Amino acid sequence: MKDREPLALRWRRLTGLIVKESRQVLRDPSSVLIAGVMPLLLLFLFGYGVTFDPRQLDVALVVEQQSSETASFQASLENSTLFEVETGPDRRLFERALTLGELDGLIVLQADFAEKAFRAEGAPIQVIVDGGDPNTAYLVSGYVELLWANWLEQEWISRGRPALAPSVQLEPQVWFNPEISSRNYLVPGSIAIILTTIGALLTALVVAREWERGTMEALLATPVGILELLIGKLVPYFLLGLGSMALAVITAVLLFGVPFRGSLAVLILSSSLFMLCSLGQGLLISTLTRNQLVAAQTSVLTAFLPAFYFSNFVFEIDSMPLALRLISYGVPARYYVSTLQTEFLAGDVWSVIVPDLIGLGVFALIIFALTALTTRTRLE
Amino acid sequence: MFQRIWSLIIKELLASARDPQTRWVVLFSPPFLLVIYAFAITQEISSVTLGVYTQDRGVEARELISRFEGSPTFEEILYLRRDADIAAAIDSRSVDLVLRIGPDFSRQLERGEPANVQLILDGRASNAAQILAGYSGRIVQDFNEDQATALGVPTLTKVVTRVWYNPNLDPLWSAVPALFAVLTAIVGFMVSALSIARERELGTFEQLLVSPLRPTEILIGKAVPALMIALASATAMLILGWLVLDVPLRGSLLLLYASMIIYLAAIIGIGLFISSLAATQQQAIIGLFIYMMPAVLLSGYATPVANMPDWLQALNESNPIMHFIVISKAVYMKDAPAELFFHHTWPMAVIAVVTLTAGAWLFRRRVS
Amino acid sequence: MPGPLIQIDQLSKRFDKGALAALDSVTAHFNAGEVTGLVGPDGAGKTTLLRLIAGLLVPSTGKITVNGLDPVTDSGAVHRIVSYMPQRFGLYEDLSVQENLTLYADLRSVIGSDREEAFERLLGFTGLAPFTNRLAGALSGGMKQKLGLACALIKKPDLLLLDEPSVGVDPISRRELWRMVYELVDQGIGVVWSTAYLDEAEQCARVLLLNEGALLYAGSPQDLTDRVAGRTYQIRHIDTDRREVLSEATKLATVIDGVIQGSRVRLVMAEGADPPNLAPLNAGLAAEISQIPPRFEDAFMDLIGGGFRATSPFANREDSAEHTMNQVVEARALTRRFGDFTAADNISFEVGRGEIFGLIGPNGAGKSTTFKMLCGLLQPSEGSARVVGLDLQNAPSKARGRIGYMAQKFSLYGDLSVQQNLDFFAGVYGLTGKSRKDAISQMIETFGFADRLDVNAMGLPLGYKQRLALACAVMHEPDVLFLDEPTSGVDPRTRREFWTHINAMVANGVTIMVTTHFLDEAEYCDRMALIYRSKMIASGSPDELKDRARASGMMDPTLEDAFIALVEQSDREREAG
Repeated sequence: MKDREPLALRWRRLTGLIVKESRQVLRDPSSVLIAGVMPLLLLFLFGYGVTFDPRQLDVALVVEQQSSETASFQASLENSTLFEVETGPDRRLFERALTLGELDGLIVLQADFAEKAFRAEGAPIQVIVDGGDPNTAYLVSGYVELLWANWLEQEWISRGRPALAPSVQLEPQVWFNPEISSRNYLVPGSIAIILTTIGALLTALVVAREWERGTMEALLATPVGILELLIGKLVPYFLLGLGSMALAVITAVLLFGVPFRGSLAVLILSSSLFMLCSLGQGLLISTLTRNQLVAAQTSVLTAFLPAFYFSNFVFEIDSMPLALRLISYGVPARYYVSTLQTEFLAGDVWSVIVPDLIGLGVFALIIFALTALTTRTRLE
Repeated sequence: MFQRIWSLIIKELLASARDPQTRWVVLFSPPFLLVIYAFAITQEISSVTLGVYTQDRGVEARELISRFEGSPTFEEILYLRRDADIAAAIDSRSVDLVLRIGPDFSRQLERGEPANVQLILDGRASNAAQILAGYSGRIVQDFNEDQATALGVPTLTKVVTRVWYNPNLDPLWSAVPALFAVLTAIVGFMVSALSIARERELGTFEQLLVSPLRPTEILIGKAVPALMIALASATAMLILGWLVLDVPLRGSLLLLYASMIIYLAAIIGIGLFISSLAATQQQAIIGLFIYMMPAVLLSGYATPVANMPDWLQALNESNPIMHFIVISKAVYMKDAPAELFFHHTWPMAVIAVVTLTAGAWLFRRRVS
Repeated sequence: MPGPLIQIDQLSKRFDKGALAALDSVTAHFNAGEVTGLVGPDGAGKTTLLRLIAGLLVPSTGKITVNGLDPVTDSGAVHRIVSYMPQRFGLYEDLSVQENLTLYADLRSVIGSDREEAFERLLGFTGLAPFTNRLAGALSGGMKQKLGLACALIKKPDLLLLDEPSVGVDPISRRELWRMVYELVDQGIGVVWSTAYLDEAEQCARVLLLNEGALLYAGSPQDLTDRVAGRTYQIRHIDTDRREVLSEATKLATVIDGVIQGSRVRLVMAEGADPPNLAPLNAGLAAEISQIPPRFEDAFMDLIGGGFRATSPFANREDSAEHTMNQVVEARALTRRFGDFTAADNISFEVGRGEIFGLIGPNGAGKSTTFKMLCGLLQPSEGSARVVGLDLQNAPSKARGRIGYMAQKFSLYGDLSVQQNLDFFAGVYGLTGKSRKDAISQMIETFGFADRLDVNAMGLPLGYKQRLALACAVMHEPDVLFLDEPTSGVDPRTRREFWTHINAMVANGVTIMVTTHFLDEAEYCDRMALIYRSKMIASGSPDELKDRARASGMMDPTLEDAFIALVEQSDREREAG
């Protein structure tokens, strides 16, 4: 009964709002920065700099007493592409460099190396690593162990010693990303970060600005309905987000050679659902505060940081305590990143994608219900 | 002159302290975030589902599997019936990795031949995959040694690894100092980057410019309170890290605070610089975001700095967060020599001088 | 005649439980086809009433009907027949004039041939046709208000609500706004115009006078004005200091209100009182007093119990000016360009010690640019601006300590309390120890801050905000005081209080530079410069400017008439080449 207006008129109002908002988006340098510059910047960083990919490790080899055995080990160490080696007679020469982070590890061949190397007990070789960076510490000790085992086995056989116990060899195969390029799995996460920033941060700021400048009061005094107001805000930022996503995907695939094995339809559907979740968060924040500063801080704390931490982007959810793992189920980025990783690297795996899409859909519904309930068409 | 600067400092502190939302965001949320995110960025993987597909029912195979079952890392084991199940289980992420044992495994070992087992990992989470490959390697190695001992066959000598500063390789010990550096930077940025843009938007900046305050005095009056607030927040984080997270702090607090003041001067210099460039608060917020995101990613907080190409590492010399993460880790774990402090402090001092000078120059010019 | 357009019964609005009522059981009606003025001091409840009528707020008790509809339950229907222009335009500053109009046409469902016709009509009506592609943010204050009005009128409403549409608008644009509103009224639209400017109330068919949420008067403005008929006088030919005459006159119990009008002093006497004896007022031998016709403002002041009567404590300040030079402010061929646009062109004047000098002119004419160059906030492209003999932009900070500055828009720290703002500005201006304590306590006493010391400045009513801004600007006893539209939007009583203080400071040798749109206020100036299209087109005392208008054939012009005559004359000369 309330609205007996023809649909055409309501449609007109809605398109009017959308056109107005789009014009503002295109004119505002900050939306261009976030949607255009930020994706390129992030991809560039992940493409060139920020990576977990293994590299050459700087180690120092301390040979306390030269012998043919130490020379042989030194040769095999230097031949390995894994290490960049310096050599010296005393560990004290290098301890400072290790502390300062200039070296990743020290390999010490002890004075009795030649005698002890082929006995079962004793410690002829020692690795000293800096626990300040556990990842690198693990890498150095793991590589040295591997190298040591190979060297020892060869020496053993060449000396005609009795046969060793048969051993089990582990053959790791990494599916989907055999060269373990971190770029390949960081790209999906960074797309989620970009969409969160557009949806939650930019939208919250823009609505807060309408209140601060008094334009909201003028809008509310026109026949515009609450649904029209919300949709009018949503559509332009939704399109901006999808445009930014497309830019990121195209750059990643064409410029950085990241594979894309899924289907476009799933990519667009999941991105749309996720964009709705982020926009919903942004609009919800803007209904709670009319101050730009508070809006920005709230969206960073409640949308941006969770998307960064609880999405398997850089940090593994599996490595978190139970409480945090439970929290992560309330973070839409978790579902989106999971779908994206699958789409990019594995393909359309429905058993992963369908539950993720349902998760995103439920989240979007809840957040929009909350937004519609809290959005006011009055000034109180 | 001191009187004028003092008034400005008091005003800034009051403005932050009076508003409950600012108070919460600036002072109380960083320590809280430190605790939450310290756990989030530890790299130890615990709740993993392992898929096992074995075509061998021999003793050795059962023994190997039982060792995987006994590991606390693999919380759940899913036995797969067919080879085709492997792909389905990995694809659908119902398992994180699969151990695949061929039909001849036990027989080969009994014959004294080496035997292979496959470990199939999910490349969608490559980081986790690498870590899990490492865990599994250790289990297999232990298995090999025990087999050798049981057979009375000589075993090879082992590498003895000694880990300095963090003997148990506790990930929390390295995560907390890095997070401490990043959160301190975020507080410093937030307090400084909005300050001038906000005054400009509200019109109070003109009021300051017509007063006897000189641009340098305004700069000091803006930078000092931001420094005090960030230091207070950092202190709260240090105490909380020590009390709640039980991360030891071995180095000199004096050196830490001395270098932190220079660090914050650089951070605040950058913040004020962005603030003087921005015409509105929104621009300042977005500008800050665009700067902060790469600065944090390149800082060594998420991935090692040494992994970056040389030119990016050279660029990173101008990133105060990178320098302070090194210092923070050194103080927490190492009681490092003064040389390290000097090496990482002077670039920050240069950044501070350059940005603060540029900031003062900019807001003298951008009055209208 | 059908019933009234809006009917209000026992309407009350409280924002917080237990708080003072913003509106207190108001009963009134508004008619179609006429302008109803909503007048009263700030904080009287004008905006609250407009928002209630527009359905943006819900009444605490009581009832409103607009054309028989309830704005709360039928908000959709009400919004279709009511147009509302909030105080802050509600324009999108990053959209162009045309884009703003298009948006509101879409929102109000103006489509088809009506749409183009409406655009053409409104652009012609407002004179904005040449600027359709300009961003709204780049328009002058007057043009913004006209665009705001155009947006509100895109579909002819039954009721138009205007919230202080003339704040910050120059007299010429103000007249144009009124002209537009009369045209609407002729078409049968009901208009509600809220204002703190009482000369505007005289133009309304009916006024509702609100004070602190209560309705004091409803009826025609003339009926109220008639209440003070025969009680208004003007003292002319004063050959002593007119400011002192005013100060002496308002000390008399029989004088309800007094203001300066150029070289003359206007007084409102209490009911039944005789005009005052001139001798004790020290007005000089040639002075004479005569009865003049009353204005609405006189009646308003009478109704609310008279003007500000206390003596300003600034009168007792020692003459602290350090300098003895006569030219305190000096603008020499002052020019400022922004790209191709010359905002101020070759402006020169001198202001002597203890003088009040006004800068007046339409919006965007170059007043603010000139003002900012004088304070050192803007570098002149050519020429020089000197204050106490120094260029303030490069002057030592001590020199800036000798000026006081009160900005156009409220520019104190809204998130600090009154006390903290006072402390801060005292400190920034280098006051220490006892002199700081004394200065702050004097301000608290003078401006009545005692029971508001802990209130955040942002939460103060407008009048108190302006008082605090003035306090912060004068605490350090400056030699020169720059006031940029100091009483914009402030009610007449507060305005009188301001001028009492300013006059007292001037008596002690302080020099005042003031800009204003409100020409009744410009009457207080000793001399003024009229700036139009970046050039100074006239300067002199208020009487001299009025004389120039008289020379062009006008009978007894007000300063506003003179202003408009001079601007029009300038336009004619320019067109003639």
